[in-house]
Amino acid sequence: MAILIDETTRIIVQGFTGKIGSFHAQDMINYGSNVVGGITPGKGGQTHLGLPVFNTVKEAVRQVGAEASIIFVTPAFAADSIMEAADAGIRYCVGITDGIPTQDMMTVKNFLRRFPEEQRMILTGPNCAGTISPGRAMLGIMPGHIYTQGNVGIVGRSGTLGYEAADQMKRLNIGISTSVGIGGDPINGSSHRDILEKFEADPETKVVLMIGEIGGPQEVEAGIFAKENMTKPVIAYIAGLTAPEGRRMGHAGAIISSAGESAAEKVALLKELGVTICPTPAAMGATVAAVLAGL
Amino acid sequence: MDIHEYQAKEILSGYGVKIAEGGMAYSPEEAVQRARDIGGHIWAVKAQIHSGARGKAGGIKICKTHDEVEAAAESLLGKRLITHQTGPAGKVCGRLYVEAGTDIVKELYFCFLVDRSSERIVMVGSAQGGMEIEELAENNPEAITKIYIEPAVGLQDYQAREMAFAMGLAPELLSHAVKTIRGCYRALRELDVSMLEINPLVVTRSGELIALDAKMGFDDNALFRQQKISELRDKTQEDPREMAAADRGLSYVGLDGDIGCMINGAGLAMATMDMIKLAGGEPANFLDVGGGASAERTEKAFRLVLADKGVKAMLVNIFAGINRCDWIAEGVVEAVKKIDMKIPLIVRLSGTNVAEGQRIIAESGLPIITAETLAEAAEKAVQARNEAVAKEAAQEA
Repeated sequence: MAILIDETTRIIVQGFTGKIGSFHAQDMINYGSNVVGGITPGKGGQTHLGLPVFNTVKEAVRQVGAEASIIFVTPAFAADSIMEAADAGIRYCVGITDGIPTQDMMTVKNFLRRFPEEQRMILTGPNCAGTISPGRAMLGIMPGHIYTQGNVGIVGRSGTLGYEAADQMKRLNIGISTSVGIGGDPINGSSHRDILEKFEADPETKVVLMIGEIGGPQEVEAGIFAKENMTKPVIAYIAGLTAPEGRRMGHAGAIISSAGESAAEKVALLKELGVTICPTPAAMGATVAAVLAGL
Repeated sequence: MDIHEYQAKEILSGYGVKIAEGGMAYSPEEAVQRARDIGGHIWAVKAQIHSGARGKAGGIKICKTHDEVEAAAESLLGKRLITHQTGPAGKVCGRLYVEAGTDIVKELYFCFLVDRSSERIVMVGSAQGGMEIEELAENNPEAITKIYIEPAVGLQDYQAREMAFAMGLAPELLSHAVKTIRGCYRALRELDVSMLEINPLVVTRSGELIALDAKMGFDDNALFRQQKISELRDKTQEDPREMAAADRGLSYVGLDGDIGCMINGAGLAMATMDMIKLAGGEPANFLDVGGGASAERTEKAFRLVLADKGVKAMLVNIFAGINRCDWIAEGVVEAVKKIDMKIPLIVRLSGTNVAEGQRIIAESGLPIITAETLAEAAEKAVQARNEAVAKEAAQEA
């Protein structure tokens, strides 16, 4: 099962013929993802990496039945590309682009909310490493070989910290159903909570690891959701114990700007909500193993 | 990106927000000249630093004579002001804003900011201005009114009126208040402002509504389309190491510890710093070298970390995805040779081509300490730091 993507998902790449888009499109194809084409306005009709190039997302949906898309478009034009995908009927979109203006993301979110829920595109990211359902499909820029297939769902803001978690789990022979990057921006497509909801509904996922960080309300909102609506155990690690207040730690959204946004406060609140806390980032694998053993 | 009070006032004034008459000064003589130009019998001499709570730190002086203006300017220029927002290092005041004294009847609080929870712009106001909003939120949360703006249609007049009444303004001031609030909102939308705070917004004895202070922060991601705003950047208000890092496309934040860090990815960087702390050490910095850490970039990152003379040991933690560990290892070896490093270096590589990367480090002949896991890397870094400190102490003795 997994969530969001599997081997049948028909994928297109927006920003297909650019250097970065080409590199990762090839990587996804090599992994076994069902990439069916790409979009570069003005290059429609050409063939790239052996696949058709389209001028618009609508054409790709009509002609090759595109269902999911991944965005490698530069920050100034990325919001527009996301909205184009939503309007064309794409079901799931991953935004890789780092540096999209906050007001553009507000527009995107507002645009998405205008669709009735059953027709609304799911967006994860921007500023993320993408989503992978190991052994089935990769819609992202991660190193696919560090993930093994299994029953743990991962949702996290950071790319490399997510790799670290996958690596620790691989060393302990723990597999992953799907790993979802929700990105480091203050306003993002899906929240931790949104992804927890999907993992709860996925029969293959037994346990969820949530990798959060300083800034914003999403980890605690997810904790409240887990307490009220989830039967599956949730484990969390919150990065940024040493981060000073008011300073942006790399990610646009990683900044402690109000009460409840520090790592210590989030950890305390999540504990109260019954979430299992990884005591250190080196113990993500071991904590997941312990929880799995207790099932 | 933050700007100064005087810059924010100049911008807002262009959007119809009333401000008191004032001018910039870079010397005591200029400050007196500004006071003369403004006229009257009372002036505020205000230190321009990127921080709120300047009043408490002694950065705002009320003067009744030109001599007092001169003395105030002398005492403020070049002074390091420390507020809870600047951190212990404080910020040096290099410019002053001299403003006409205002006869205040009432102080209000007003701001616009991006609310991450609702993913909308929120307008916040209170009839109790002057003090910090955090303080007010804690002691008297009912005194704060929040109004959320629907992004598709933007701020409506009725919302501005609601806020004006919530701030306790008299009906005579209503149209003026609506104009002020609308002006602020327009500035926010047009200029990609992420935070706009007027504290206090004051009612004067002559019945005017004036922005007595103004603070604006801009979305760094949008600066590419805000050329004029980018030009307002005052580099003296930013950490020189952070500026140097930004110029090189690296993301760096200086901290108080003594274990230097170079990591790829913001989340892994924060996690590694946490691990150092949990192992009993203190990180000297946050540094994300990003995905494509080339040899050149690695060298630049090393130089940046080592520019902090307090660093006693350095930890490199790279999880290679798109990158390859062998390329990183080559870059590290090259950087260490070029820079002639004197402090212990701990390297942990993981991910793509890790065996090849480890081989390159091992065969380099350099005294690099290697680690396999995150925990081991942090423990070894703390241990190396402790040994280095002990050695220094022994040498001094």
